[in-house]
Amino acid sequence: MSTATDERTTARRGKAPAGERLADWADGRLGVYGAAKYGMRKVFPDHWSFLLGEIALFSFIIVLLTGVYLTLFFVPSMAQVEYHGSYVPMQGQLMSEAYASTLDISFDVRGGLLVRQIHHWGALIFVVAIFIHMMRVFFTGAFRKPREINWLFGFTLFILALFTGLTGYSLPDDLLSGTGIRFMEGAILATPVVGTWIQMLLFGGEFPGHDIIPRFFVIHVLLLPGLLLALVVAHLILIVFHKHTHYAGPGKTNTNVVGMPFFPVYMAKAGGFTFIVFGVITLIAGTVTINPVWTIGPYRPETVSTNAQPDWYLGFSEGLVRMMPGWEIVLFGDYTLNLGLLIPLGVFPAMLVVLMLYPFFESWVTKDTREHHIAQRPRNVPTRTAFGMAWLSAYFVALVAGGNDVWAINFNLSINAITWFCRIGFFVLPVLVFFLTRRICLGLQRRDRDKVLHGRETGIIKRLPHGEFIEVHEPLPPAERYKLTAHEQPRPLSLPPAVDENGVERKVGPLEKLRARLSRGYYGEQAQIPKATAEEYREITSGHGHH
Amino acid sequence: MSSQTEHHNDVSGGPDTPLMKTEQAPATVAEHPFADPGLPEHQPRRQDIDERAAKRSERMVTLLFLTSILATVGFIVAFALIPVDEIVHIWPFGHVSALNFALGLTLGTALFCVGAGAVHWARTLMSDAEVPEERHAVGAPEPVKEDVLTEFRAGVRESGIGLGRRKLMRNTMIGAVGLVPLSGVVLLRDLGPAPGDKLFHTAWAEGVRIVNQNTGEPLRPEDITVGSLVQAAPATIDHHDEDFHAQIAKAAVMLVRIEPEDIKDPRSAEWGHEGILCYSKICTHIGCPATLYEQQTHHALCPCHQSTFDLADGARVLFGPAGHPLPQLRIGKDEEGYLVALADFEQPPGPSFWERG
Amino acid sequence: MKKLSARRRHPLAALVVLLFALAATGGLYAALAPAGEAQADASETSIAVEEGKKLYLVGCATCHGSEGQGTSDGPSLVGVGAAAVDFQVATGRMPLQQPGPQAPEKPVVYTEDQIAQLAAYVASLGPGPAIPAEEEYDPQAGDPAVGGELFRLNCSQCHNFTGQGGALTDGKYAPDLTDVDPRFVYEAMLTGPQAMPAFPDTVLSPENKRDIIAWLDAVNTEKAPNPGGFQLGGYGPVSEGLFAWTFGIGALIAAAVWIGAHTAKAKKS
Repeated sequence: MSTATDERTTARRGKAPAGERLADWADGRLGVYGAAKYGMRKVFPDHWSFLLGEIALFSFIIVLLTGVYLTLFFVPSMAQVEYHGSYVPMQGQLMSEAYASTLDISFDVRGGLLVRQIHHWGALIFVVAIFIHMMRVFFTGAFRKPREINWLFGFTLFILALFTGLTGYSLPDDLLSGTGIRFMEGAILATPVVGTWIQMLLFGGEFPGHDIIPRFFVIHVLLLPGLLLALVVAHLILIVFHKHTHYAGPGKTNTNVVGMPFFPVYMAKAGGFTFIVFGVITLIAGTVTINPVWTIGPYRPETVSTNAQPDWYLGFSEGLVRMMPGWEIVLFGDYTLNLGLLIPLGVFPAMLVVLMLYPFFESWVTKDTREHHIAQRPRNVPTRTAFGMAWLSAYFVALVAGGNDVWAINFNLSINAITWFCRIGFFVLPVLVFFLTRRICLGLQRRDRDKVLHGRETGIIKRLPHGEFIEVHEPLPPAERYKLTAHEQPRPLSLPPAVDENGVERKVGPLEKLRARLSRGYYGEQAQIPKATAEEYREITSGHGHH
Repeated sequence: MSSQTEHHNDVSGGPDTPLMKTEQAPATVAEHPFADPGLPEHQPRRQDIDERAAKRSERMVTLLFLTSILATVGFIVAFALIPVDEIVHIWPFGHVSALNFALGLTLGTALFCVGAGAVHWARTLMSDAEVPEERHAVGAPEPVKEDVLTEFRAGVRESGIGLGRRKLMRNTMIGAVGLVPLSGVVLLRDLGPAPGDKLFHTAWAEGVRIVNQNTGEPLRPEDITVGSLVQAAPATIDHHDEDFHAQIAKAAVMLVRIEPEDIKDPRSAEWGHEGILCYSKICTHIGCPATLYEQQTHHALCPCHQSTFDLADGARVLFGPAGHPLPQLRIGKDEEGYLVALADFEQPPGPSFWERG
Repeated sequence: MKKLSARRRHPLAALVVLLFALAATGGLYAALAPAGEAQADASETSIAVEEGKKLYLVGCATCHGSEGQGTSDGPSLVGVGAAAVDFQVATGRMPLQQPGPQAPEKPVVYTEDQIAQLAAYVASLGPGPAIPAEEEYDPQAGDPAVGGELFRLNCSQCHNFTGQGGALTDGKYAPDLTDVDPRFVYEAMLTGPQAMPAFPDTVLSPENKRDIIAWLDAVNTEKAPNPGGFQLGGYGPVSEGLFAWTFGIGALIAAAVWIGAHTAKAKKS
């Protein structure tokens, strides 16, 4: 409507409309027309699972915005003050200024409690969203060439988010924060050789000192968010550069991307989703308490509470520590190795690094150097899917162990029994899950094959003249058939014959042999069900019209 | 290196074929049952063909935006009118802050409705035709690569860095740039003091009275009954001290009284006083106070990682990740009848560290 | 394998799977649950005798001995005082229904008069703490701020910040203190029931105890304010994480599905 009006006025005055003139001005300085030509009609495929990363992005934005607000009131100081704010059950208590200012934000600043709760809920949801976004990318093979670097960027974002969360959790100086900082101190002290030095330097003296909260504050509000922001931008640039993956479907190939243009559809959808994410987190923050520091109390090193846990994203590292038996060795009679901490603190990054480097491992095994833009269905890559599920099950066991006291009290279980269950489960469950997942994937592949060859079960039962009952199967439309057969089924690598054509013995390195074995694990007979072939299909469909 | 992986894909021109390979003409569905039928024809939505449906969508979107406007007004009104400390009971949330609840609901609604309106608009009124966009290989084509390499070699030649002639110059440059960050590392030295023997000593010393932290009074043996638990601190430190937290983080102790015949470790009994045992309560694993004392079993549990210590047996570790017992403080009675420490801890209390020995 | 595949679609298959799952869950629970967890159940133990000693001989002597001297099944009651009896019996923890890691709270078996008689009898066995007077545990008279500090020093390590309860070793636990009668809180501190250590007046003064009760009254009753909204059980980050993983991300994924789905077409293709 308005465009029509604009055109008319243009015609009348013989001058471009204001918007266009502004764009002209900007183009002369910024080259906006060139950028818009590249970006405005960029296609983005429609699928809910492609929006998981957006949840992470938008919750990151709301956490940034609320974080800026909180810094206006928060005092990152460990100086002790007597509380005289409006929360009665803390009157006259000695506490740090950090804790007192957090109480003020919660009880004396109008809307401060809401912003605090948005910030904390947003942070939890941010990491949840990163996690499931990562799982989506992993299980659909969207990390394959050319996206390996972006996978690394994403993974680094995940790790940075963990540490940003950890430092933020420590800031209010409540009993839980302090316990978390004490844990960090213990972990640093356990470091061989340099532990005590690092502890003294980081804390500016003995635990807790007066420096750790101001220092964490700078790390939490400046250093880590800066890095996060920079990496988020790099992550997004690469997404635009690579163009998004899409799932196989009619007309969707490895050389195109099918979806809707950024302007206007995705601008409205993504813009709208931003507000939806903000809105949902705000609604949660308005109705559900998070981290009620006023009942948790100020930190003092000689006090503690049961149910002392980190936020969920570090729960699995907490669980690794809780599962650990008490091993400690004294070297040469003088030097202590606190294995009760060192082993879990080694397993924690190792578990992350294994997943982080997986794309490189897979491309090494498969020797696949082509670009892939079609997201795979997890069932069609059973070994990878099984590996991912096994990893998740180990992660999950550790997460459960991290909350062992909460499960014990709520389900009347013995905390020692839960810990033993997790100790064993951490090693056994991933193996079981690996084989189970592979079997399920193969079952699903078999079902896909049946569907392609015999069509869809309609649920209509027909009685044949001779009395037999059969279910009518409806043949799949070509688009469906294509979708279910579009994936490739590579054959495993085969080692070259032991002797070459001249009868000379060929040297095959052990690494090469290992690769061939792994390749059989990925693409061998036990790892995939041959998909329906055209011949099979023709034979079945031509012979007897229906069956 | 040629790929040994064979890809058998009986659909020519299938989706996963190498990018930028010469395109073969894709088979048609008639020729091949599993061929790509191509992008389906766009199907119109109700809103595309029925103006009334489109109008309904438009009204819905407008309504959502209007709701958002009202919610924002509500937010401002709530902010101005509701006292910050008002508590109201709202089922099922409980006795909540009226202001927080009102602000959360209005702001949440305002934000959500903007988003929902925009999405509904996009879904029902903007075009939903799916369009393809061609991809191009990420890597540069061969001639571009050749150009770049040629220019790069020219640059290397011009700078003289790669000719092997001015090696010393190049190596000193690498050395200089490599060393510069060292200054930054050195600057970090004054972040804190040297560890020295700080972790080995606490505020406990011979003759220091043991103060009950609840009452602030020094303890007498008769104050502590069998089965009770006392949280205590050395008399020489005070809450208002500048370094109170750092001191109590090492010096915090708990006292329990156990029937002498129940004490299994003779040394432990000897270090106590009439069955009163005084242990560091800082867990030897990572330093949480391990004060979950079960008076029947004499077990002390740490809430952080469930390390369990047997206080009747020299605080031996029974379960969990702690590597060594809680250090015990030698105690006795001074001439006025108060409990006192007879010495500092023999072993450093708190979490293990490298030099602990 | 073939047979299994064929039977997977049997109408009863889902039922069988469900039964297996239930059995597995039950088995797992049996394996993890602490041995001998007593089930709270209204006992029909009807006591006809009214006098304390008679009550005692019938209801308590089996485990605690005919003179309260204690046996291998129960501790001596000499010197535990009336407060201990009042706590144990009036919260239903005693008489014990079956041995287990800990005596749980149960419906009370005795009437108030009978409890008073039992308490009087046990108090006569040896001097011990008496049942506190009402003003000693009046939450209005205490200072909740001081009480909070004392609570974090002495209680929260087992009972959690606000007294939601917590786990101890081998199936023992510190119970939830929500809305527990202040008298019982006071008596528990005074006498140290079961695994709990005692806090006699020399360790925790009567004013200290009253302050702790005032703190609990301020933060852990049905009417205590929870300004931020739903409390999620008050267990801290574990329940918050669960909420984020279910309701939080669930709502957002629902929105994502709505945004990503195709709009209904005019005619079904």
